[in-house]
Formats: sequence, structure tokens, C-alpha cells
Amino acid sequence: MIAAAVMVGFGALGAAVGMGLLGGKLLEGTARQPELGPMLQGKMFLLAGLIDAIPMIGVGIGMYLIFAVAPGVAG
Amino acid sequence: MAGDTELTSTSYIQHHLTNLTFGQTENGWGFAHSGQEAAQMGFMSVNVDSLGWSIGLGLIFAFIFRYAATRATSGVPVGFQNFIEMMVEFVDGTVKDSFHGHNLWIAPIALTIFVWVFLMNLMDLIPVDFIPHLFEMSGVPFQKIVPSTDPNITLGMALAVFSMILYYSLKIKGITGFMGELTLQPFSAKNPIIQAIFIPINLALELVGLLAKPFSLGLRLFGNMYAGEMIFILIAIMYMSGSIVLGAFGGALQLGWAIFHILIITLQAFIFMVLTVVYLGMAHENH
Repeated sequence: MIAAAVMVGFGALGAAVGMGLLGGKLLEGTARQPELGPMLQGKMFLLAGLIDAIPMIGVGIGMYLIFAVAPGVAG
Repeated sequence: MAGDTELTSTSYIQHHLTNLTFGQTENGWGFAHSGQEAAQMGFMSVNVDSLGWSIGLGLIFAFIFRYAATRATSGVPVGFQNFIEMMVEFVDGTVKDSFHGHNLWIAPIALTIFVWVFLMNLMDLIPVDFIPHLFEMSGVPFQKIVPSTDPNITLGMALAVFSMILYYSLKIKGITGFMGELTLQPFSAKNPIIQAIFIPINLALELVGLLAKPFSLGLRLFGNMYAGEMIFILIAIMYMSGSIVLGAFGGALQLGWAIFHILIITLQAFIFMVLTVVYLGMAHENH
């Protein structure tokens, strides 16, 4: 259970910091060149999905640990 | 649920997370009756529900697109044909942006991957109990309708993409070019002795990078879909409590999460496609 909590927590931390930086760069880039706005936004969503990948894998493994492994160990 | 002695939250969750596995039990070949029994079946077992839904959705995709293609008319497209043409143009544009080689198969591969993964993920939006309950009434004990929550399916697709990467790398660069790319980067030196020392280091680094591609590709899709389905199941547990208020709140939560999940589904299918095209493009690079 604690392992699952650590995995999900640290994953969320990394993803949040990364997304914050990404969003900030998007806003700055759009402010400099508004005509590139839609293209930059499309690329931002792509990168957001990529950044989310590792934390999401961690969440998936964490959920599996909490709900499928822990009851098996405890019961 | 037939067969459960007590309907607890944990047993409900575990029941919904179990695939319909066909393999060797103590009584010969048959379907597994619990998660532990499915795990004991080992390698020679087949998740019949994931295979069935993924192949079925693939056939639906093939029939729909073939129907549109054989009835294609030149001139301004309307309705259904317009939709199909929009999707093909979208994939075409994306492939043209990322792929700089010369290969006629890349765009169809990208289109297949995008629409197939999108259809598989779309099954996640059907409420958790609908179809499995229908199956249970006809006697089938377990059913998971979202193939991409099965790591076998996602890692299998990633493995197929990986074998394509290897095939095209060897075909375009040759075995010497491919091995050279693995052993002479990122450290290189003019002195052949120092070069020979660098080869194992380069090989270790490049092999990690090479193997990370299919694993991250498959696990990314699996993790996203598994976590999404898990949250659907968890919210569905709220219906089991007696009160109407919690039930209505659960309904609202399911709706909200489903709307957010629509974005995730499309995004993950798009990312799988773009990364496939980028990796195949890297495999076609010839200096």
C-alpha cells in the first residue's frame, strides 16, 4: 500500500512540474507570436500526453497493487 | 454476482478486473474460474474476451472504411464520406509532418493504428456493468470489454511496431549500418583503440534506448486505459451503498470522468500513432 502511495505521489509530482513548465512555455510562445497559437496548442497536447505516460504507468501499477495484490496478501 | 459468497467492494473490483482466460486447468482445457486460476495457467493461455473484442473492432473498422472507399465519389464530399476523408487527411498531414523517408506503407499503418486504438479505447466509455452483465446472464463468468486494458494487447501492438522498426532499419541501413548506429554513438573517437573501448558503453546506452521504445509505447497506452477503467469501477462502487444521494452523486461523477476520458482516449490513440510514425521515420534515416 505504501509502495503504491509513493509511486503515485512521486509520479504526480513530476508530471505536475513538467506540465507547469510546458504550459508556461506555451503561453510565452503564443504571446510572442499569436499566429502560431493553434499549432503550438496542438503540439502542447501531444507533449502533455507524453509527459503523462510514465506517471500514468505508475498509477496503473499502483492501482493494481492496491486492489488486486494487497487483498490477496492480506486475505 | 453468481458464485460469489459475499458482494464486497474488493470482490466486485477484482471480478471486473478479471479477463476471460482459456487455458489448462486441473480438469483439462477450459475457462478459468478465478483470477488465481488464470494466473496459474501460465504462458499457454488466451484472454478470449480481449482477443474477441479487438479482432471484432478491427473488422468493424475495415468494413466501415471499405464501405466508404468503394462508394467514393469525386466532387464535394458529404456526410459519412466527408468524415472518412477528414480522418484520412488528418493522418496524412500528420505523417507528412513527421516522416521524411519514402515508404508507401507508413500512412496506412498510421491510419490503422489510430482508428483501431481509438475504437478499442472507445469501449471504455460504455458503463462498466452493461455488457459484462449481459454476458453473465448467458453464463460467461468474466468479461472485460476494453482490449487496451489488457497488457497483452497493448504490448503485442508495441511488439509489432518494434519488429517493423527492426525490419526497416535492417532493410534501409543494412546490418553493418544498423550495428554501427548502435555501437558508434554517442561516443566516438578518431583513435581506433579508444573507439573499441567505447563500443560496449555505446551498446549498453543504445540498447536501453532501443528497448525503451516498444515498452514505453505499449505500457503508456495500457497504464492510461487501466487507470481510467479502474476509476470507472471505483465510482461504480458508489452505487452499492444504499442511499439515493450517493448514487446520484456517483452518476454525476461517472459523467464528468467519462467526458474527461474522451480527451484521454483520443490523445492516447493519437500519441501511439505519432510515435509509431516518428520511430519508423528514425528507422528510415540513412546518412
